[in-house]
Amino acid sequence: MDNSRRTFLKIAGIAAAGLTAAPAVTSLASSASPSKGGKVVRNPEALTAKHWGMVIDTRKLTTSADLEPIIEACHRIHNVPTFEDDLMMPQLPCRMAETESLKQSCEKVNEKIPKISSDKKRHEIKWIWEEEFHNLFPDQLNPYLTEHLEHLPFLTLCNHCANPSCVQACPTKATFQREDGIVLMDFHRCIGCRFCMAACPYGSRSFNFRDPRQGLKEINTAFPTRMKGVVEKCNFCAERLSKGQMPACVEASNGTILFGDLNDPESEVRKALKENYAVRRQPSLGTEPSVYYIL
Amino acid sequence: MLETALKGSKRYWSLLIVLGGLAGAGFLVYLQQFELGLGITGMSRDVTWGFYIAQFTFLVGVAAGGVMLVLPYYLHHYKVFSKITILGEFLAISAVSMCLMFIIVDLGQPMRAMNVILHPTPYSMLFWDMIVLNGYLFLNVVVGWAVLEAERNAVAPPKWIKPLIYLSVPWAFGIHTVTAYLYCGLPGRHFWLTAVLAPRFLASAFAAGPALIIIMALILRRFTSFDAGKEAIQGIARIVTYALIANVFFFACEVFVALYSQIPGHVHSLQYLFLGLHGHNALVPWMWTSLFLMLLAIALLIVPSLRQNETVLCFSCIILFVGIWIDKGLGMISGGFIPTPLHHVVDYIPTIPEIIISLGVYGAGFLILTVLYKIAISVKEEVSA
Repeated sequence: MDNSRRTFLKIAGIAAAGLTAAPAVTSLASSASPSKGGKVVRNPEALTAKHWGMVIDTRKLTTSADLEPIIEACHRIHNVPTFEDDLMMPQLPCRMAETESLKQSCEKVNEKIPKISSDKKRHEIKWIWEEEFHNLFPDQLNPYLTEHLEHLPFLTLCNHCANPSCVQACPTKATFQREDGIVLMDFHRCIGCRFCMAACPYGSRSFNFRDPRQGLKEINTAFPTRMKGVVEKCNFCAERLSKGQMPACVEASNGTILFGDLNDPESEVRKALKENYAVRRQPSLGTEPSVYYIL
Repeated sequence: MLETALKGSKRYWSLLIVLGGLAGAGFLVYLQQFELGLGITGMSRDVTWGFYIAQFTFLVGVAAGGVMLVLPYYLHHYKVFSKITILGEFLAISAVSMCLMFIIVDLGQPMRAMNVILHPTPYSMLFWDMIVLNGYLFLNVVVGWAVLEAERNAVAPPKWIKPLIYLSVPWAFGIHTVTAYLYCGLPGRHFWLTAVLAPRFLASAFAAGPALIIIMALILRRFTSFDAGKEAIQGIARIVTYALIANVFFFACEVFVALYSQIPGHVHSLQYLFLGLHGHNALVPWMWTSLFLMLLAIALLIVPSLRQNETVLCFSCIILFVGIWIDKGLGMISGGFIPTPLHHVVDYIPTIPEIIISLGVYGAGFLILTVLYKIAISVKEEVSA
């Protein structure tokens, strides 16, 4: 009895050790021979850069109406939800009721089922949105701010920092940085701990507090929808760059948003930064944002 | 020894049923959260951690507090604590279990929790928190069980247990230090971005944890045959007094740095918590209550004649426990998020489902504690009989 228990524990122990070691071993194996199963082929038309960066010319984006089509373009193609209904406790399926009276009483019951949250703003998902100067640059508060900057709408998005604190905080590598500087989310690996949101000093991340598919009127089948319980944010349109297209906001901006390689002195973004005064958000934090604002 | 948990008085079983009912109610509401998502909580895009993570942080402190019994007994051979170290170890087991449950209920995708192990990420503090919490749970289960088993069989504890006991001492400091590191390494969160956060966490832990043990010991003396002894209780009371003073002192250091430097980022969170900011003042009465309770507890504990009066001592322990719970379980997390990095002030108020789930976790944790204490006391009764 004792002997067999000991043997069992031994086997169980070895099996457990094997299970824990397996992912490490396979990941080592796969990094050693990436092309065993087939070759990784990059789309020859894909846009590439050493370090992607964005320059937003705020002199040309002066009203909310200027920003609106840019925000709309991004949120539409990325299936970013807008919630119009309150979050409800599950309702009874009244349409399945057989008789009219049954259906009526069913609907009466449904009316009494409480709303969980009528504050839709709490569950908002935003990839790119509008804020004012003092929200974006809280360290540069100046009581005599120019009339022009005081109420200028600023496009706000993930800064794709060169030194991203969100990547450092993520316990599962669901948030990771590509070699070209883009900070991406793996929606399938995210456990929803929201550590990245606490770590991001720019408030650039959103969490799916509820099923995001409830907030979609039409779905762009070219981009995945998300599920509840995961974090999401702007991805610098990595999926479009890989097909040779510029980011959606850049396309919709009529030349007021520039996008290119910050490491290439000849690039459009570098030229714009050489000729104009530009600022980044909270540079003192050392996260090295890749989004620049020309003032 | 587990069988001793199955034989108990009517009172023991009713307590188990009440706690089990609480845990069950919490579980039912959790199923709703599992279905609908964390939207049923009061958390928002701006205040992304709320009641769950705050309770987790507070309970890490309760777990770490147990070391204040283990350390004097094993490192300084303070014999008075010989009978009650087990209470500290078993309290640690139940507190860490609650911590782990609070983390699980806080996850948006709990089914993927194992991703933390499948994709280990050593530069994430959460990875290390997972290691230290589970390690501490393991250490206390093994040490507590082995020592109690030896006591039951009237033999000396096995030799291999000694290194584990010594290891458990720095480990206890480790769990709360790493938990503080979760917060204090984040850029742009001024309220947490302070080197004194880990020491402050430890000080509050060494006050709240042992205070709960005093309360437990007094309850056990009243309802069971177990008596920790007046001297042991007074020993813990002195530890609680020093730790509580250190806790308030560290807080005063924070207030000085923020208010004397007048750097807005550092002032705003304190202002939000204690005075209200832009008309948002949900936490103001709570924070003043917390400060008042802690100061009152110091005043009562510091006078020897009052501390030696066990009624006053019990009252002091209860109010300081509540005071620290408010400070860590309500203020600490909200203060870090409010105002937001974009300088919006967004209140966080936990919802009823969120509170029921939290009570459920507490129910499950105290169920574990009751069973463990029942085992410990049965063994001690057996030995003395």
